[in-house]
Amino acid sequence: MSILFSGRASSGASAHKISLGRRFVMFWVNHVRQALFSLGELWRTPSASILTIGVLGVSLTLPATLHLLVKNVQQVSDSFTQAAEISLFIKDGTDDRQINSLLKILQADNDIARVTHISKQQALDEFADVSGFGSALTYLTDNPLPDVLLVLPKNTSAGSARQLLERLSKERIVEFGKLDIDWLTRLDAIVSLLRQAVLVIAVLLLGAVLLIIGNTIRLSIMSKKDEIEVMKLVGATDAFIQRPFLYSGVWFGVFGGLLAFLIVEAMLWWLQGAIGSVTSLYDSEFRLMAFSVTEFFSLMLLAVLLGLTGSYLSVRRHISAIEPTGP
Amino acid sequence: MLEFDQVSKSYPGGFVALDRVSFKLEKGEMAFLTGHSGAGKSTLLKLISLIERPSVGRVLINEVDLSRIRRPHIPYVRRDIGIIFQNHRLLMNHTVFDNVALPLVIEGFSGKDMVKRVHAALDKVGLLDKVRCLPQTLSGGEQQRVGIARAVVNKPPLLLADEPTGNLDPDLSKDIMRVFEAFNQVGVSVLVATHDLGLVARMKYRTLTLKQGKMINDGLLQYQEDPL
Repeated sequence: MSILFSGRASSGASAHKISLGRRFVMFWVNHVRQALFSLGELWRTPSASILTIGVLGVSLTLPATLHLLVKNVQQVSDSFTQAAEISLFIKDGTDDRQINSLLKILQADNDIARVTHISKQQALDEFADVSGFGSALTYLTDNPLPDVLLVLPKNTSAGSARQLLERLSKERIVEFGKLDIDWLTRLDAIVSLLRQAVLVIAVLLLGAVLLIIGNTIRLSIMSKKDEIEVMKLVGATDAFIQRPFLYSGVWFGVFGGLLAFLIVEAMLWWLQGAIGSVTSLYDSEFRLMAFSVTEFFSLMLLAVLLGLTGSYLSVRRHISAIEPTGP
Repeated sequence: MLEFDQVSKSYPGGFVALDRVSFKLEKGEMAFLTGHSGAGKSTLLKLISLIERPSVGRVLINEVDLSRIRRPHIPYVRRDIGIIFQNHRLLMNHTVFDNVALPLVIEGFSGKDMVKRVHAALDKVGLLDKVRCLPQTLSGGEQQRVGIARAVVNKPPLLLADEPTGNLDPDLSKDIMRVFEAFNQVGVSVLVATHDLGLVARMKYRTLTLKQGKMINDGLLQYQEDPL
């Protein structure tokens, strides 16, 4: 493109007979070359690069760890499905036929995973066994315990279990229903609080990362001020001058993301033994969950986007500010 | 090719660097621009390369009024002007090849085409054997010639030089001037700012002389009668 000399033959590669395909290939080749060049630039200033990558990695580690914590706590809370079990106490004096028909209806219900009937007699036997009042119970003239239907909802979340409880309590032969979900609700609240905290901390840290990358790129722009002036004098556009700096940002992101991933993995490896000994005491089959592939790539994408954004913000302000002062 | 039409430039604070300067440089013409330091030579070159804008008047290149060029288009204008600097302004941590190739890389050249052009430009200034050297290892005159190669590598129709022989001894200066003459002979318009009046007089080209921002001479300069 030549503004002054419209017929000028030698203005740029576009004036040459280069096929579209080849130009497309060259476009990517040039980008790869510039990306590698930026990588080389990072290598040439190792101390500054390592500091920036370190800050980025550590800043990403905290939100990533908290995310894993939330994920694992959720896994624990999911494993307490019985917590949402509903006990339906049947009215005294209901005959077995009515109980059995309700049992059949409930078994056919779409919201219910499993129904168990504990009869009066079973309950009494169990009570006698467990409580140690076995001999005292023989003095009772009749069985004071009601029939109980234990209902396990398909959806074990606190809200839907409560809804199911309300529905089942309206059954004619049901005296009342009981659902012990208070502590489950509390756990849910804590998990969601934790998730909010993760979000807030993540936003703050990511903001700091943006500033740090922006500052690093600014310093590198300042140290290349002369070079940028010369490039401007021989006709480089701002976009051309920006590109290597943007690539530096991307590289910061890639390395920072990898560092964060490695730190988290090391931490998990470190904790695995300790957690194993705790869970074995509780006879639990809890397994610490690590990053999934999707989460790994999300982390990397986030890191790269941060690097790119940080450098873009810096580049946009500082490169246009550098103007050659004279031939 | 290049036209100044009643151009004045004053800087904040009231300093008048150029005062109603008018002249025309034809296509394929070579001219010198002389004057004491502070006479406005640099300002004049800055107006051409769009580093500064005139306060009053018009600067035209190839009939295009430079005041019409908006900021995003300035780089494209500069690609049509080869500029040679007094302190040559090479990138010291890049090889001679990289320095000369810079304008081509910016324009999107690559591969064999670029190598061919860089070698041609270095050949013209007689430095083909230094292509892999770093600028530090070259002498002052050689560095200046690398600067010239960089300025001409994309064959601009207009060549500006600001004190290209400022730091060189007379023999080297003459060599550099011969290089400019050679480019002029293939149709490039050349404007050389210099205060080396002896050299200017010997070369017998049109000479524009500035004094305190005013154009006081336009024509051949006689060595004996120093107008300053």
